[in-house]
Amino acid sequence: MSHRADRTLDVRSLARVEGEGAMHVRVRGDIVEEVRLDIYEPPRFFEALLRGRRHTEPPDITARICGICPVAYEMSACAAIEDACGVVVDPAVADLRRLLYCGEWIESHTLHIYLLHAPDFLGYPSALEMAKDRRDLVERGLAMKKAGNEIVELLGGRAIHPVNVRVGGFYRTPSRQELAPLRDKLRPALDQALETVRWVSGFDFPDFQHDHELLALVSPGRYPLESGAVATTAGLTFPVGRFEDHIIEEQVPHSTALHARLAGRGRYAVGPAARYTLNRQWLSPLALEAADAAGLGADCRNPYRSILVRAVEIVYALDEAIRLIDRYEPPERPFVDVPPREAVGYGATEAPRGILFHRYGLDADGLITSARIVPPTSQNQASIEDDLRRFVGSRLDLDDERLTWQCEQAIRNYDPCISCSTHFLDLTVERR
Amino acid sequence: MTTGTTKPTLAVWKFASCDGCQLSLLDCEDELLAVADRVRIAHFLEASRRVEPGPYDVSLVEGSITTAADVERIRRVREASRTLVTIGACATAGGVQALRNFADVDEFRSVVYARPEYVSTLATSTPIAAHVTVDYELHGCPIDRRQLLEVITALLVGRRPNIPAHSVCFECKQRGNVCVVVAHGTPCLGPVTHAGCGAICPAYQRGCYGCFGPMETPNAAAEAGLLRATGMSEADVVRAYRTFNAAAPAFVELSRVTVGPPPGAGPRDAAAAQP
Repeated sequence: MSHRADRTLDVRSLARVEGEGAMHVRVRGDIVEEVRLDIYEPPRFFEALLRGRRHTEPPDITARICGICPVAYEMSACAAIEDACGVVVDPAVADLRRLLYCGEWIESHTLHIYLLHAPDFLGYPSALEMAKDRRDLVERGLAMKKAGNEIVELLGGRAIHPVNVRVGGFYRTPSRQELAPLRDKLRPALDQALETVRWVSGFDFPDFQHDHELLALVSPGRYPLESGAVATTAGLTFPVGRFEDHIIEEQVPHSTALHARLAGRGRYAVGPAARYTLNRQWLSPLALEAADAAGLGADCRNPYRSILVRAVEIVYALDEAIRLIDRYEPPERPFVDVPPREAVGYGATEAPRGILFHRYGLDADGLITSARIVPPTSQNQASIEDDLRRFVGSRLDLDDERLTWQCEQAIRNYDPCISCSTHFLDLTVERR
Repeated sequence: MTTGTTKPTLAVWKFASCDGCQLSLLDCEDELLAVADRVRIAHFLEASRRVEPGPYDVSLVEGSITTAADVERIRRVREASRTLVTIGACATAGGVQALRNFADVDEFRSVVYARPEYVSTLATSTPIAAHVTVDYELHGCPIDRRQLLEVITALLVGRRPNIPAHSVCFECKQRGNVCVVVAHGTPCLGPVTHAGCGAICPAYQRGCYGCFGPMETPNAAAEAGLLRATGMSEADVVRAYRTFNAAAPAFVELSRVTVGPPPGAGPRDAAAAQP
């Protein structure tokens, strides 16, 4: 049988991912010899160019690492700089940050579910093709996405690279009257999000389980977004300031993204499934109910079902955003002063794709002396390759075209952001 | 633009960038499906795995050129495109990654990568127009999605896009913003920055930080005086211009105009003031 012969599958430019990457799989007989997620997006050297910049600049500069999740970069940068300077923001400011972050989760998750991932499950090359048959579905997704963007635009000034975030808080905080209309836009989106959970739960999920250690922030009492300590499913816990003691980044020849590993333990995965597995009990009652109804159990170890977790997290983010708007009282001042000092600061928040770590060294004048950024996709890269290796090995009876598409789908399970990790995807499956 | 009844084709290309400008197209939630009805999206990897061969009627190009391979790729994109529009600060002015142009790229590479020899990169980040002919440029970090729709609409009907070339100051007046410089003494690049965002920063009580790049005819001396009067140091001014449009010639020029020689010293290059 020809499909049993040695063969190579190559996707030279992975589609429906953020950034530039490729996939290469080489099979000899029944043995998967090599699986590579090639990330060839050109490096932009943020950690180098941040040196010598003012301590007030990382939120704006690092936002430019990723147009999909700029708020995540702004939040982790603020957390790290404020940690270095020993500053704590007003609780009302912290709530507004969480609200802003909810907006990004809604926008980013909806983008991924409707425009990037669902077309795989339904057999379309894109959401625009899907819209020819099911315009109602795509319109629902776009309406939800818009609701998320409206939060970011109101609080941040614009949807991509919002301008209103500063170290210490915001340039300007809204009045209660300004926030109130937002609530009316989020209510219908919440109904649409619940419909999305039901819709996605009916997808045909390949039977596949991974055994990756899962890692996420945990902040008892609420689902993690802008703060928390680090925890894993194997019981490891540590404060954000010890991140670099536990996470080792390695460079591999085929990638301009660094591969992260847990010291002495190996690969791990971050993102919605990790967050859900470690924090399920802190979901809002409505989100938890949606998760239960959709058949999500205590943990999520089938990467294909991550789309379901994203849908549940949209329900949570909308529910949480409405709660934050309802209890909002403007802070006395939109920001606290953040006088610089010679110190090192650490910050980690939950970007839509998983934990995003920043570390900055400052001198006494507030100039940055060193910077380190560990984005979610570089943490997931080893797990994605492991999934592919096992997935291909169990599906060698598929023809190349079908197998290639399913491999792409397996990669998109992680919503990889190659722009963040520096780089992304082109699939090659080589069969010998 | 095309003959017969076939819809014009649109292609979207990415070079070194954050994806934000092409995301602006997907962020047109109310218009995206209407746009897709009017054009055939023939190449847009972020949105579709179906890729059609060229030539393309309109190519939108995001990102800057930072590798030898991309120098070749942009030439192929140009050859396959009837109209080529660059979108965003990376494509039009090298982006924030053009800060390497003022530094030693080998040193940059060794700071980020333990095995720098695995990473191939050019010493500079350059705008698309430094490599191929560009038919139209849309500024911003990120671009404004209303301007993107205006460009697509104009090209579809064969007219020139209506994109004002004046400064952010005009938009502040239109929006009814109080001038942050006059009222609060806040440093602001608005007087020398290309309009297009709608004066967002001043509306949020923040000075413009120049993410739309230089306007066509900036008054360098006046802006230099304004920034220094608000208390910015020479190094602050250089940093302000050398951010998201670092390689825009007018901003490189402005960053030099504002840097005078320190008392008792001879002339020096602004790069020396870059911390």
